[in-house]
Amino acid sequence: MNYIWCAMIIFSLIVAALNGSLDATINAAFDGAKSSVEVVLSFAGVMCFWTGMLKIAEKSGISEKIEKLLNPVIKRLFPSASNDAKKYISMNMTANILGMGNAATPMGIKAMAELDKSNKNPLRASDDMCMLVVLNTTSFQLIPTTIIALRTAAGSAEPMSVIAPIWITSICSIAAAVAAVKVMTKFFKRR
Amino acid sequence: MQYIIPILIILMILTALKSKLPVYDTFITGAGDGMKIVLGIFPALLAVLTAAYMLRASGAIDLIISFISPITDLIGIPREVLPLAMIRPISGGGALGILTDTLNTYGADGEIGKIASVIMGSTETTFYCLCVYFAKTRVKHTLRAVPCAVIGDITGIVVGTLLIKLLNF
Repeated sequence: MNYIWCAMIIFSLIVAALNGSLDATINAAFDGAKSSVEVVLSFAGVMCFWTGMLKIAEKSGISEKIEKLLNPVIKRLFPSASNDAKKYISMNMTANILGMGNAATPMGIKAMAELDKSNKNPLRASDDMCMLVVLNTTSFQLIPTTIIALRTAAGSAEPMSVIAPIWITSICSIAAAVAAVKVMTKFFKRR
Repeated sequence: MQYIIPILIILMILTALKSKLPVYDTFITGAGDGMKIVLGIFPALLAVLTAAYMLRASGAIDLIISFISPITDLIGIPREVLPLAMIRPISGGGALGILTDTLNTYGADGEIGKIASVIMGSTETTFYCLCVYFAKTRVKHTLRAVPCAVIGDITGIVVGTLLIKLLNF
């Protein structure tokens, strides 16, 4: 991100100099800074509402229920994972579903450490490790709180209208990624 | 569609009441945590929005888009969501900034705003995630993890675009 951000700014200024739009570009920088404050202010309320609701869900044991629902899926997706690994994987996936990114990552890293222990060929990522990483890079979120909040801040009349398409799209991308892992695993074994 | 969220909220509150939870206090704690998240997001949002506005005002964004759009035009992905699709796998904060910019520029309820929201919601910071997850393991060759993750992302972008464009969600 370090280089990308610098490149964004330097590239803008170079193009602006060539276009003769330097003034407009510098003003745009301050507009951007100003609008980030406006966005955060209108975004904070909705965001806090949802983190409040999700805290209620978390405390009333919804996590345990989701974990129970996930167990059969995990058994199928991670056939050779140890029980400890499966426990962390299930906590990682539950946190992802509830949108608790801060809780999901540590659990995922612990799960990876468990999978690493039982990896017979430690320099190469095992099937289970690939599966876990891919599930996290395509994760499914029950309520996309940040997006709802951002849409509200942008003056959307129906900020929640994108939830259903997001669910469907997430399921498709998870299915595609999981299928890709399974297919490539078979391919690698055959070679 | 408009029933999903109300039902979720009622379910959450009822299960909480059933398990004798101090619902109100729990909500307050959670809302406080939300403020921490917002404060955490803010600096990155400011940095990226500033850069995004500069890219747009200078005309640099049009240059970048005109390089990639021949490929994406084929599938029908709108050019306007390309900046988001490009930054999303690398930086979560960056993607938030670009999504904000896209929603403000093209409207949140239009086709472009909706497609951008769906892309944001159904994909992840793929490369960041790959780095973090493999960082503490002994793995040197991630093999199929990267292509599989990218396949997931591309599926997300294409399916999201098609859903909004064809089905008018």
